[in-house]
Amino acid sequence: MAAPARWAQRINGWLRRVPAWTVYLGGAAWMVWLFWRGLTDFTLIEPIDWLERAYGDAALKLLVVTLAVTPLRRFAGVNLLRFRRALGLLAFFFVLAHLLVWAVLDVQALGAVWADILKRPYVTVGMAAFLLLMPLALTSNDASLRRLGGAAWRRLHRLTYPAAVLGAVHYIWLARGFALEPLVYLFLVLGLLALRFPVPRRAPA
Amino acid sequence: LGAATWAGPALAQEEALEPNSLEEIRGYNNFYEFGYDKGDPARHADAMATEPWTIKVDGLVDRPGDYPLADLLAGLEAEERIYRLRCVEGWSMVIPWNGVELADVLDKAGVRPEARFVAFETTVQPEVMPGVQARVLDFPYVEGLRLDEARHPLTILATGLYGEPLAKQNGAPVRLVVPWKYGFKSIKSIVRISLVEEQPPATWNLTNPSEYGFYSNVNPEVDHPRWSQATERRIGGGLFSSRQPTLMFNGYAEVAPLYEGMDLRENF
Repeated sequence: MAAPARWAQRINGWLRRVPAWTVYLGGAAWMVWLFWRGLTDFTLIEPIDWLERAYGDAALKLLVVTLAVTPLRRFAGVNLLRFRRALGLLAFFFVLAHLLVWAVLDVQALGAVWADILKRPYVTVGMAAFLLLMPLALTSNDASLRRLGGAAWRRLHRLTYPAAVLGAVHYIWLARGFALEPLVYLFLVLGLLALRFPVPRRAPA
Repeated sequence: LGAATWAGPALAQEEALEPNSLEEIRGYNNFYEFGYDKGDPARHADAMATEPWTIKVDGLVDRPGDYPLADLLAGLEAEERIYRLRCVEGWSMVIPWNGVELADVLDKAGVRPEARFVAFETTVQPEVMPGVQARVLDFPYVEGLRLDEARHPLTILATGLYGEPLAKQNGAPVRLVVPWKYGFKSIKSIVRISLVEEQPPATWNLTNPSEYGFYSNVNPEVDHPRWSQATERRIGGGLFSSRQPTLMFNGYAEVAPLYEGMDLRENF
């Protein structure tokens, strides 16, 4: 890989001065602030639906940023690798918060939660994404990385790819009528995944 | 002249209906012409032109024509009807409508005996309607009722709520209110009423026939494919508000005879 451009080096220089824990702190503050708004902002009118969507939206955004780390490094020379674990874990915790708001505040009954997971494909898909992220969250620590070994750990963490696709599909499936935003997420996720694969040679026509 | 006295027997043993606040009713809307976010109608609807307002009344009527709204309402006294509104998405409100019975308006045009259905159409003003520009749905929005449903005394054309003219996001200057059906049947900002012989098209039914039927009566036993209809959340309870059971026909049991002998699972 060629040396990064000057502007990218400059950005990398700034980034080196930012400790990774600030990402956790920022994420936690964001989550708490959204909950606080849900609790106190009466202009929201329907805070349960709002909070559920806000957490889901944050999770998708974080997944997109996490997936952007590798292409950003490869194609622009901007190095966010130090923050990737924090970004990925935050994505997981926002998915978890989204799931809890849905189950506890929205559906409010365990039987109905279970029925929704089994009966409603968009819930099934969202749940599958959560389950795929679970082993990733559990192994996002140095001890697990050592135990699994680098190659196996990286293979396991490719589950992020299907999880992000399922998350975007889950969002598309929610919309009544034609909604652009969920499609934008799917295109972003697919685009970031496509950047990971070597350019395929065109098959002769 | 509240609905409570008028619909007395059916509502007698029930909670007194506590209407939602004006802010809630005006701030949380589905009016896809203005976008699909619940806040979009309040953000964008102000630009909709509502004066003058003419309604085309056509089809199987004795006196078809383009009626200025005031002519259609002339001589009819608006009364207050405090109705539950149940959205197909699983939330609900209580709204103190002001309006007139649709049957009285239909009589002004003179319904011919061959008519069996009523079709409605919403205004389309693309230049001020972001949702129309984005083709969120196939516009104009259309809806329909069977004639006996349209003539039922619970069915009203609303021109106001809380004693004030309708806000544009609520369907100004005139909208349908059919309280025992999911909210999307209560078509907003009506510019055309047609009396017809065949079941007319309805926008959500056309968009996704497996999810939205023509009748769309509130029915806790028939789920929407993507969510349960057994319970609902009354808007305004905050982050910890609990769900409450959804009532058959949204609590308006007096409409049951309209559907006698019909399989409501089939005709959802």
